[in-house]
Amino acid sequence: MSQTPPVLDVRDLSKTFAIRRSFFGRGGGAVHAVDGISFAIAEGETLGLVGESGCGKSTAGRAILRLTEPTAGEVWLDGERIDGLGAGEMRLKRRDIQVVFQDPYSSLNPRLRARDIVAEPLRNFASAIPGGIEERVADLFDRVGLRPDQMDRFPHEFSGGQRQRLVIARALALKPRVIICDEAVSALDVSVQAQVINLLARLQRETGVAFLFISHDLAVVEHVSHRVAVMYLGRIVEIADKAALYGQPRHPYTQALLSAAPVPDPDGRRDRTILKGEVPSPINRPSGCHFRTRCPSAAAECAKVSPVLRDVGGNHHVACHLVEG
Amino acid sequence: MPATTLAATERPDLFVVRRRRSGVLGFLIGNPRITIGGGMLALVVLMAICAPLLATHDPLSLAPWLRARFPSAEHWFGTDMLGRDIYSRVIYGARVSLTVGISVAVLTSVVGLFIGLIAGYLRWADGILMRVMDGLMAIPSILLAVALMALTRGSMVNVIIAVTIADIPRMCRLVRGVVLSAREQPYVEAAVATGTRTHVIIRRHILPNTLAPMIVQATYICASAMIVEAILSFIGAGTPPTTPSWGNIMAEGRALWQIKPFIVFFPAVFLSVTVLAVNLLGDGLRDLLDPRAATRT
Repeated sequence: MSQTPPVLDVRDLSKTFAIRRSFFGRGGGAVHAVDGISFAIAEGETLGLVGESGCGKSTAGRAILRLTEPTAGEVWLDGERIDGLGAGEMRLKRRDIQVVFQDPYSSLNPRLRARDIVAEPLRNFASAIPGGIEERVADLFDRVGLRPDQMDRFPHEFSGGQRQRLVIARALALKPRVIICDEAVSALDVSVQAQVINLLARLQRETGVAFLFISHDLAVVEHVSHRVAVMYLGRIVEIADKAALYGQPRHPYTQALLSAAPVPDPDGRRDRTILKGEVPSPINRPSGCHFRTRCPSAAAECAKVSPVLRDVGGNHHVACHLVEG
Repeated sequence: MPATTLAATERPDLFVVRRRRSGVLGFLIGNPRITIGGGMLALVVLMAICAPLLATHDPLSLAPWLRARFPSAEHWFGTDMLGRDIYSRVIYGARVSLTVGISVAVLTSVVGLFIGLIAGYLRWADGILMRVMDGLMAIPSILLAVALMALTRGSMVNVIIAVTIADIPRMCRLVRGVVLSAREQPYVEAAVATGTRTHVIIRRHILPNTLAPMIVQATYICASAMIVEAILSFIGAGTPPTTPSWGNIMAEGRALWQIKPFIVFFPAVFLSVTVLAVNLLGDGLRDLLDPRAATRT
């Protein structure tokens, strides 16, 4: 998988939000929502991006999609750099990178019929798409498991899972290379989650689309991903193949995160790593390693030098001074 | 299961919580404010259109020998201090009030929509436009209209322009607010992400959200414009005194108010009823178009 060039290549992506503190000008600081993250996704691959609320994972997705302008860094889509493209050029690139948002209720315009929702991306690029739009819409409905007689319904006439299928059909319409799923199943019931996850997996097998699967749900990410990246306070602290990351987490934060996940076994008692304190503010971050204030094994070096992601063997990257590699 | 429990099919009232009548009649019964307001307004509009048929006298013809007569069979609402027939003048006055009210409502909607869309969509323009609007809003609309009328000749067109300028900020702020909240909707972001062009996003995803509140606001602006027109005419800054408008009739009757109150009374009643009709219609439309506010009294 590493031989093929990545479909999506993100290099040192950062997003800072300036805070206006005084009435005159920018006296305040800045929120470092995303702080130099790098990763690559190959064709047909799913990269899970996990982290707790506010760690910047959604902002990372939005910055890649240029729904918010990244402050620094590069985004390469299929060997072409897309950050910094003008609005017109970016619009053409949007065919290759699509998004599925968390809330299937608000991501569908309540005034449009289902067929028009799915047809919208097709109509946007009507000249570039062979064949009739109607047939394409019917085909998309079929592929996401919706019935043709549901095409004339409005979003409020669908259930949550059906709406998310509609959102997925819209995202698939332009045959994208990458779909960013931002908490795509978090708003759904567990049983519906499973259906939608299976649908995504099937579509990936059929089309070879790559997924960036942003979620806070460790179990879901473990199920869908090939590789997993863990974010803490705007940085990726560990990125590895799923089996390696869940089997042998190396970064102290990943270890704590995984030990906090519930185990579906009432007798399974484990030694949990309980973190002290709260996540520091992304405005006043600790020096050096961001995690050191809560790390059970922090050393003096951690306060001075920011650890960089480095390979500790087997394509397992960790940003920690204390991990032997 | 107790024997008294009926099967679901035998108790349809359990499931039909609110039986809704269908058709136009059902709509009218279900929305009394729209029915009453719209009906009264339709009568006034009809009256304005059919003014030449309904009027018993030429509203402009003077008859000094018949000055300030009480209502009679010949002059239903009496005559004013120049002997003109008040009934005919009131009928024709509806034309002025309705023209001003409807023109101002339409013009503020069009201009307010345009400015509001720009302000809501272009961040850099927002600051400039909204400060201008704040400036306009800081001046009482009647004062602004009086000042504008002082700069121009008194005519109905100038009244419309003056009142429109004074009312644009209200509509503009409303549209801008709706646009700002609509553009944050995930479905608008999803449209951006699927490569929808900006003008299509505005037309398909943002504009429909603004229409309902705009229609409601337009009815309120229509009502207030009719009042402002009457006030301007009353203080002599509105339509020229020769034009029979309700404000002018009241202004002319003012001097005789204590001894001949009917001169002021009739145009005042027509103005009040028309404004009430428009406001009722606006309230009805608000509840119809925004079901969440329907329970509000």
